[in-house]
Amino acid sequence: MAREAALAACLEAVLGSRSSANRVFELLEPLAGHEEPEDIVSAARTCSRLFGALLERRELFVGPLPDQDASLAESYSAEDKYRIWMRHRYRDCVGCLGELMGHEAFQVKELALCTLMKFVELEAQYPLIKIEWKGTLTFPCDLLKVVVDGLLPTDEDASLLISRFQEYLEYDDVRYFVMKAVTASIGQVMQKTKERPLPFYQQNVFSLISPINMPNKESEMVKFMVKQDNREELKLSRLQAHKQVFEKMWLTFLKHKLPTGLYKKVLVILHDSVLPYMNEPTLMMDFLTVAYGIGGAISLLALNGLFILIHQHNLEYPDFYKKLYSLLDPSIYHVKYRARFFHLTDLFLSSSHLPAYLVAAFIKRLSRLALTAPPEALLMIIPFICNLFRRHPACRVLVHRPGGPADMSEDPYVMEEEDPSKSRALESSLWEIQSLQNHYHPDVAKAAAVLNQSLSEMEDDISGLLELSAYELFDKEVKKKVVDVPLEFEQVRGLFGKKNDIFAEHFSLD
Amino acid sequence: SNPFEVKVNRQKFDILGRKTKNDVGLPGVSRSKAIKKRNQTLLKEYKEREKTNVFKDKRFGEYNTKITPEEKMIRRFALERQQNYGKKNIYNLNEDEELTHYGQSLAEIEKLNDIVDSDSDTEERGTLSAELTAAHFGGGGGLLRKKVSSEQQNEEEEKPKSRKELIEEMIAKSKQEKQERQTRRESALELTEKLDKDWKEIQTLIARKTPKSEKKDKEVEKPKPDEYDMIVRELGFEMKAKPSERLKTEEELAKEEQARLQKLEADRLRRMRGIDEEANKKRPSHMSADDLADGFILDKDDRRLLSYKDGKINIENEEEEGEEKEEEGEEEDDENEEESQEESASENEEVDAADCHSDLESDLESEEEAAGNKEEKKHKENENEPQNVEKLDPKREAAKSELPYTFAVPESYETFKSLLAGRSIEQQLIVLERIQKCNHPSLAVGNKAKLEKLFGFLLEYVGELATLDIPELRTIDRLVLPLYNLCQMFPEAASDSIRFILRDAAHDREEVIEVKGRATFPGLDTLIYLKIVSLLFPTSDFWHPVVTPAFMYMSQLLTKCRITTLQDVIKGLFICCLFLEYVSLSRRFVPELINFLLGVLHISLPKNQAQGYTVVHPFTPVGKNLELLLVCDKEDLKSWEKQNVPLSTVTRLKETSRTETNHTRLSCLALCFDLIKRCAALYESLPSFHEIMHPVKILLTRHVPVNEYPEKMQEWYHSALKELENKVKHYTPLICEKKKPVPLKQYTPKIVKVLEFGRKQAGSKKEQERKQLIQRHKRELKGAIREIRKDNQYLARMQLSEIMERDSARKRKVKELLGSLATQEGEWKAMKRKKWKN
Repeated sequence: MAREAALAACLEAVLGSRSSANRVFELLEPLAGHEEPEDIVSAARTCSRLFGALLERRELFVGPLPDQDASLAESYSAEDKYRIWMRHRYRDCVGCLGELMGHEAFQVKELALCTLMKFVELEAQYPLIKIEWKGTLTFPCDLLKVVVDGLLPTDEDASLLISRFQEYLEYDDVRYFVMKAVTASIGQVMQKTKERPLPFYQQNVFSLISPINMPNKESEMVKFMVKQDNREELKLSRLQAHKQVFEKMWLTFLKHKLPTGLYKKVLVILHDSVLPYMNEPTLMMDFLTVAYGIGGAISLLALNGLFILIHQHNLEYPDFYKKLYSLLDPSIYHVKYRARFFHLTDLFLSSSHLPAYLVAAFIKRLSRLALTAPPEALLMIIPFICNLFRRHPACRVLVHRPGGPADMSEDPYVMEEEDPSKSRALESSLWEIQSLQNHYHPDVAKAAAVLNQSLSEMEDDISGLLELSAYELFDKEVKKKVVDVPLEFEQVRGLFGKKNDIFAEHFSLD
Repeated sequence: SNPFEVKVNRQKFDILGRKTKNDVGLPGVSRSKAIKKRNQTLLKEYKEREKTNVFKDKRFGEYNTKITPEEKMIRRFALERQQNYGKKNIYNLNEDEELTHYGQSLAEIEKLNDIVDSDSDTEERGTLSAELTAAHFGGGGGLLRKKVSSEQQNEEEEKPKSRKELIEEMIAKSKQEKQERQTRRESALELTEKLDKDWKEIQTLIARKTPKSEKKDKEVEKPKPDEYDMIVRELGFEMKAKPSERLKTEEELAKEEQARLQKLEADRLRRMRGIDEEANKKRPSHMSADDLADGFILDKDDRRLLSYKDGKINIENEEEEGEEKEEEGEEEDDENEEESQEESASENEEVDAADCHSDLESDLESEEEAAGNKEEKKHKENENEPQNVEKLDPKREAAKSELPYTFAVPESYETFKSLLAGRSIEQQLIVLERIQKCNHPSLAVGNKAKLEKLFGFLLEYVGELATLDIPELRTIDRLVLPLYNLCQMFPEAASDSIRFILRDAAHDREEVIEVKGRATFPGLDTLIYLKIVSLLFPTSDFWHPVVTPAFMYMSQLLTKCRITTLQDVIKGLFICCLFLEYVSLSRRFVPELINFLLGVLHISLPKNQAQGYTVVHPFTPVGKNLELLLVCDKEDLKSWEKQNVPLSTVTRLKETSRTETNHTRLSCLALCFDLIKRCAALYESLPSFHEIMHPVKILLTRHVPVNEYPEKMQEWYHSALKELENKVKHYTPLICEKKKPVPLKQYTPKIVKVLEFGRKQAGSKKEQERKQLIQRHKRELKGAIREIRKDNQYLARMQLSEIMERDSARKRKVKELLGSLATQEGEWKAMKRKKWKN
């Protein structure tokens, strides 16, 4: 408490008379960051009050700041000298606060961030740059750069602080300049590392820029931190400019190699919160094409962005279906993004202009892979295949070939073939689904039995089945009402006492 | 009746079989009835409309038609008496005081008035005329008159004994008798008790002595039964043929058993195919009128049927049954006796009483025998430590004699556990059996619910035993039997509790996945539960309330749980075995099983192998759990012998040497080969068998380093591979089932069953009921409106007639007045004329 009282007294003195201006060092000293967090916090608060008052009183030097030593020598008035000196102290304070954003205590970090943002707001209101003509931008970009740099440390995860910062991003102008600053920061930092990925830094950048909420219309842009009269003429107020900055930021970010986890995260949000806000979404093509070529889950995720480019921006993708076909491997039924992948595959295969051999190859491959799938995926894929049959009646030979050769010693379908046109799928039959009619799960067996009969005209709705999880399936089963319970009639003889018990052969009860 | 008063409702069509209610109406009669009724009700009301006084009839039950008039009278009389009771007549000041005259009660004198008169008649003293006596003592009954004279003297003595007194006397007598009987019985009981006590003292002496004394002595002590006795006993115990049932030969018995099994098997197959589920569901099971619905089904006759083989009684089975059962059987007998005793004496169940009133003699004998048997067996088994046995046995016997015969079903799991704590497996089983016997649902109402709870407790107990540090699997092995029995008694409760356990387990796992992002294999208890499911329920059903969730749970375990340690592999393989066992009859396809086996083979290979197959979750082509089953050590490979994997390794991995771990690994691998072989045999018939097994085959043929394996392992390997390879590839193109042709529209009339004439049949039963209700409501409304209208008309008529009456009365009066005035006037005029004349 004594400490706070002293600080308050100091503040009074500095603000009260210029003769005691030197006491400002007492305030700045704890900001060096060696003190206890509580002391730093109180000092930072006092500084915030002090420089806030000074800014409001316009007692800081305006214009390009001359060197401290030079200012003393040259012929400035005493008033100017004081202002220049005070402005230097202000700069020191900002520097200290910027460093404090890397302090261990979150409390300190948060306060440093808030204080800096308060300065940003005040500086924008009482600019420290000379207004030469009416259109001069008064926003303190340099100060904001300090904040952004503080938010993006290269050696730790700052997502907590970043989430605290989100509220400022609602201001359209702040967002605009933050995006610019981030672009600049990425350029600087990544250049140094020479294409070596920096997991923490990139993660931080991602958590800063991924939640950015771009306005949809220009009329929505009304929330500015700095009220300027000539807003309409400024670039700042145009959506086009915002989009441009946004686009540039993302492209810069994605230009560099990403760690796998981050890659997936980016791809997950890309189609939803990035592509719609770009001036030219086709610029993403390179990134997406590369991602699509990587294989595995990343390819699956890239599919979504590609779909938007193909669908809405006339992207021509050579051998798209061939690539999609090669994406089908046993893991598709087990990965987390199964629902999204099959949703898109359904979209891609919904065109009725696709050749029958292609669809047949897809059907055959999907059902071949279904032999390793868990029941929740099977419950989705069987109606999916039924839908394909409905859309492409030419493929029905797969389930109904009345005049075919009676005995075949080999399945004509070639699983290993990359090219769907050479896979000879149309000569084959869906024995896989027939095998699944013997599946242990009653619903799967029933669903597979549908293919024995001729299909109804209406397509099944699979949107509800896409997200089906194993636990849901289990829960549904367990909650069924029991009418009567059949019992085992063979008398038990012990835990492993059944006839030909496998356990008795391999396990012992010790 | 008068044909002019009859209205005939003409029928348009004559319909055979239809009953018509209203073909003839009697408008006159019904109208007069209605008017009469209104006269009684509406008119009365109308007339009393401005009267507030009400006449209330408070006579008891006057309008209550339920009481018969006789009863009504009795009740009224009783009420009257009640009212008068205790209420003194205010005018009768000394009702209780007796008026006397010369020390004699006046009332008495008044009564004996005539007798005094006759006494005074000196001439014929002592003899009363027959008429007199009849008048005074005959009681009015004509029949009594004749014998009265002879028994006059007696009669005079007994005269005060009224009927009531007689009855009282009788009651007292019977009471006395009863009391006497009771005292007699009590004394008898006391005596028996005393005898029991005495005997017990002696018995304890004997009991203490026998184990100490050597066996030879014991045999000496026992008098050798002589031949005659033996024959007598044999005859006594020989089963007697009952005339009601023909003796069944062995073949017949076997046939019956076979038929039963065949029926059950057919049932199972039907459920497995899952075809006529619906058809089966709709048919309600037949319930006998005598059915108590207590779930007790005597599905097999416990009595041993007498059968002959080659002219000799067939009793080998009995002897084969084993000695343990004998002991149990005898105890059962004791119990039954005890139960009957309890019921007769209607005593409370003594739960913890160690000294129940069982038949002590036979008890002792049986115990002795059992102990003897045990001893003998023990001697045979471990002859090298006889001292130990001798030390143990008295203790065991003491513990045995402590085991009570009746148990209440424990209410909570804690009491259940304390009941079983510290007892050996056999004792636990006996305790469980006794609990079941004493609380059989047919004995008391609440027993069913109690025993249903017992199943849950037992399951929990099994789980706890499995989670112990050193899992007591042997105990679980034995406990499965009572579980099975309870499950047979209460399928619903059993299935519910197992489903509950499964749901809990799945829920926990899901939570773990949500929190940590990955799951681990569950403990041994869950594995045991899953195994128990396969013992209690038929796993081949197309759908089963317990087995299907268990299937899905196991599937999740195989696909979701990470494999990081050797124990995980063992658990996974255990579940694979379970899967195989579950589908062994139904031959259903389990993709997870093949995936897992492929993964297990994969982790037994050295890293960076060229691949022609893909492993799926939870196995990864690259990662840290690779080479988990890889054994490189040549010596370990050489020294390996196939051994059964002890389940206890699942809960705790002993600090074992590297060699042992390697051996376990190799055992797992052998198990995996065996499972693959079994899978191959099982799925042979699937049309895409080769596609399913393709990755496994590639792995086996191309990557497995067979030559490095020990010979035994090579055997396993080759048998698996052989099973995989010697399957014919055979594909026939699929053909859809033919569509059923849609029938053409036909113009034959639709025939609908008519249940009731004049009713609309369309719609479901519910709708019909609704329609009926609406119609009835409409009809009632119409009727009510008509009635109200008629009431109003009637009232108006009444009012009109009243007004008319009033008017006519007034007219009459006015006429009268006018008349009288006219006469007056006339008279006056006449008088005037007279005067004028005069």
